[in-house]
Amino acid sequence: MSTKKGIEVSIATSIAAQLARVEVVAAYPITPQTHIVEHLSELVANGELEAVYINVESEHSAMSACCGASAAGARTFTSTSAQGLELMHEILFIASGLRLPIVMATVNRALSSPLSIWGDHSDIMAARDTGWIMLFCENGQEVVDTVIMAFKIAENRNVLLPVMVNLDGFSLSHVIEPIEFPPQKDVDSFLPPYKPLYSLHPDKPVTMGAYAMPELYTEAKYAQEMALINSKKTIVDVMTEFGDKFGRHYKPVETYNTENTDFAFICLGSINENIATAIDELKSNGKEAGLIKLRLFRPFPKEELLDALKDKKRIAVVERAMPAGAINGPLYNEIASLIYNNKLDITLENYIVGLGGRDVHPEDFVDVYDKKIAAKTDKNYNVIGVRK
Amino acid sequence: MNFPELDIYAADTIPKEEFAVPGHRACQGCAEILALRIALKALGRNTIIAMATGCMEIISTPLPLTDWRLPWIHVAFENTAAVASGVESALKILVDKGRIPKKDIHVIAVAGDGGTSDIGIQALSGALERGHKFTYICLDNEAYMNTGIQRSSSTPYGAMTTTSPPGKKSIGQSTWKKNMPKIAAAHNIPYVATACPSYPFDLFSKVKKARMVNGPSYIHILSVCPTGWRIPVNESIKYGRLAVETGIFPLYEIEKGKYRLTFNPEPLRQVIDYLSGQGRFRHLTVKTISAIQEHVKLDWKRLKYLCGINK
Repeated sequence: MSTKKGIEVSIATSIAAQLARVEVVAAYPITPQTHIVEHLSELVANGELEAVYINVESEHSAMSACCGASAAGARTFTSTSAQGLELMHEILFIASGLRLPIVMATVNRALSSPLSIWGDHSDIMAARDTGWIMLFCENGQEVVDTVIMAFKIAENRNVLLPVMVNLDGFSLSHVIEPIEFPPQKDVDSFLPPYKPLYSLHPDKPVTMGAYAMPELYTEAKYAQEMALINSKKTIVDVMTEFGDKFGRHYKPVETYNTENTDFAFICLGSINENIATAIDELKSNGKEAGLIKLRLFRPFPKEELLDALKDKKRIAVVERAMPAGAINGPLYNEIASLIYNNKLDITLENYIVGLGGRDVHPEDFVDVYDKKIAAKTDKNYNVIGVRK
Repeated sequence: MNFPELDIYAADTIPKEEFAVPGHRACQGCAEILALRIALKALGRNTIIAMATGCMEIISTPLPLTDWRLPWIHVAFENTAAVASGVESALKILVDKGRIPKKDIHVIAVAGDGGTSDIGIQALSGALERGHKFTYICLDNEAYMNTGIQRSSSTPYGAMTTTSPPGKKSIGQSTWKKNMPKIAAAHNIPYVATACPSYPFDLFSKVKKARMVNGPSYIHILSVCPTGWRIPVNESIKYGRLAVETGIFPLYEIEKGKYRLTFNPEPLRQVIDYLSGQGRFRHLTVKTISAIQEHVKLDWKRLKYLCGINK
C-alpha cells in the first residue's frame, strides 16, 4: 500500500502523467500551469519519463502538435490555462472531431481583459462546447486519480475522444496537499499502453482530417455527438474499476449531506470544499444544507443529476464565470434546462463568485442558505460581494 | 515522341509509382498538384504527409474519398509545421520505446504560400528552430487561390488579386514578395531550396536531398496557377520557365548555409516576357514594369554574390 506524501498539486499532476507513461508532451508555459510543464520537462530531462517534450512556440501549436502525435499513435498529454486555452480553441474542436484521445490538464484561470492570472472558470466555460469530455477536480488526490483515469476513458475504443481534467488555478494547483500515488505496476495493469485503432503509418496509409460536404457533415457530427454522449458509460465503468483497484471511488455526480434536506448547492471544482465547510458550520447550528458536486461536466450527467435533485426544493447554483449577457451563468442554464425538461418543482438561484481569484468565504454560503444574500438583484443572479 | 526503351536507358529517373493518384479536383493546368506529385515520387512510400488547409487539401479529400496513397493528416490552416512536429516526435519515441518497428519514415509538411508566409509562419519558425527531422514544402502560387485569389505576402509586386485590385489609387499589390527561403535559411537549418515543376529533375533531386539531411529542410516551389494568374491552362510549364529565365524566381539551394545556383539562365530574359501574357499583370504601366525589372536585377545580383558568382 502506498503512503501519502505532502506535495504541490501541480507537481502531483505531472507525476500522474508520468505514472500514465505519456509519450509526447507538447506544451507552452502559462501561469498558473507552469509548474506542471516544468516538472514534466524535468522528468524527461532526467530520463525518469521516456517521452518527447516538445517546446512549442504557442498553445495553438501545442494542441496542433498533440493532434499530430496522437494521430501517429503516441499517448499524448498537455496542459494550459486561460489565454492559452483560448489560443488553442480552434484546434480543440479538431482534436475531438478527429477522435484523438489527448488528455489535457486545464488549470482554470480568468480571461483577459483586464488581465488576471488568478483562478476562475471563464476559460473553461468558453471552451465547454468543443466536444471534449470534461472532468472537474476538487482536490489534489482527485487530480492525480482523474489524470490516470482520463487516459483510460479517452483511449477506450468506444470513446476515442480527448479529455480535459480541470483544476482551479492557484487555489488548487499551487497548494500542498497530502496525496497518495498508486504504485507504477498497478497503474500499468490498469492502463496498458495505447493501441490506436488507426494511426499514421506508411504500412497502412489512412487519410485523417478530410472535409465533409453538406451531405455528410451532419452525419459526421452526429456520430461524434453520440460517441460523446455514450462515453458516460465508459466513464462510469472506468471510475468503478479504479475504485475497485485503488480504493478511491468516484462518480460523475457526488453529493455531500443531501439526505435530510431539500436545499443544496451545486458547484464545480475546488470551491466545493469551501461549501462543505459552510455546510458543516450550518450543521453545527442545527441547519441542514446539501452539496451536489459535478465531477463530470461533458457529457452532462443528466441521469445522475436528476437522481441527486429528487426531493430538492431549492438549489443554489454557484459558478465562477460571468454570464456575458446571458440570462444566467452557463452552469445554471444547463441545470435550468434539465429541470424544465423534467418538470421538476425546484426554485433555482444563481450566485457568481470567485472571479479572477477573488476570495470565496464559507460565510457567504451560510448567508446564501439563510437568505441573507439576495438570490436575485436587478439581474437573475447575484454576483456576491461586487462593489457597483 | 515515344521512348519505349526509357526504363533501360533512364532507370534512375523519376519513378513510375504514384502517391497522388488521378481523380483529384485540381483545376486544369494546376502546376501545384504536379509539383506535389513529383515531390512525393522523390520521397517514396515511407512518407507521412501533414497538410495545411488550402488548394491541395480541398482538391484531394472530400469525405469519404482520398487522393493520397500515403498516410495523410489535415488539422488546420496555420499549424501544419506543428502537426508535423507532433508526428515526427511520436514516431521517434514509439521507435525508441520499441512500440513500433524501426523504419526510415520521413515526415513532410505541405502548405500554400498563405499557409506558409502569412498565417503559418509562426508554427513554421517554431518547428524549424526546434530542429525536427522533417521537410516543409511550400507550394507557392502567389495568392490565396483556394478562397478566390486574395493577396498574400507572397503575391508579387503589381499583381492584381481580388484584395489588391488595381484602381485609381492602386497599382495592384503594393508590396514586394516576401523572401521565405531566406527566412527559412535564417533558422540555420541544414537545407533550403527553391524549385519549380517546370524543371522536374531539379525539383526531384532537391526533394531527395531534403529527405536525406539530418534536421529540418525547407523547399519553396513556385507553382503556376492558371486560374489565379489568368493564363491559358496549357501554359503553366511555360510560365514556370519564364519565371526562372527572367530571374524572377531563381533556382538555388542553401546547403549548411552555402548558397548555390542550381540553374543559371543568364543572360536573363526581360521581365516583360513573363509579365505580358498574364491577366494579373495586364494593367501594369511601363513605369511599374521598369520598377520590377530594376528590382529583379538587384535581387539577381545579390543572389549571385551569395552564390559566389562574380561577373
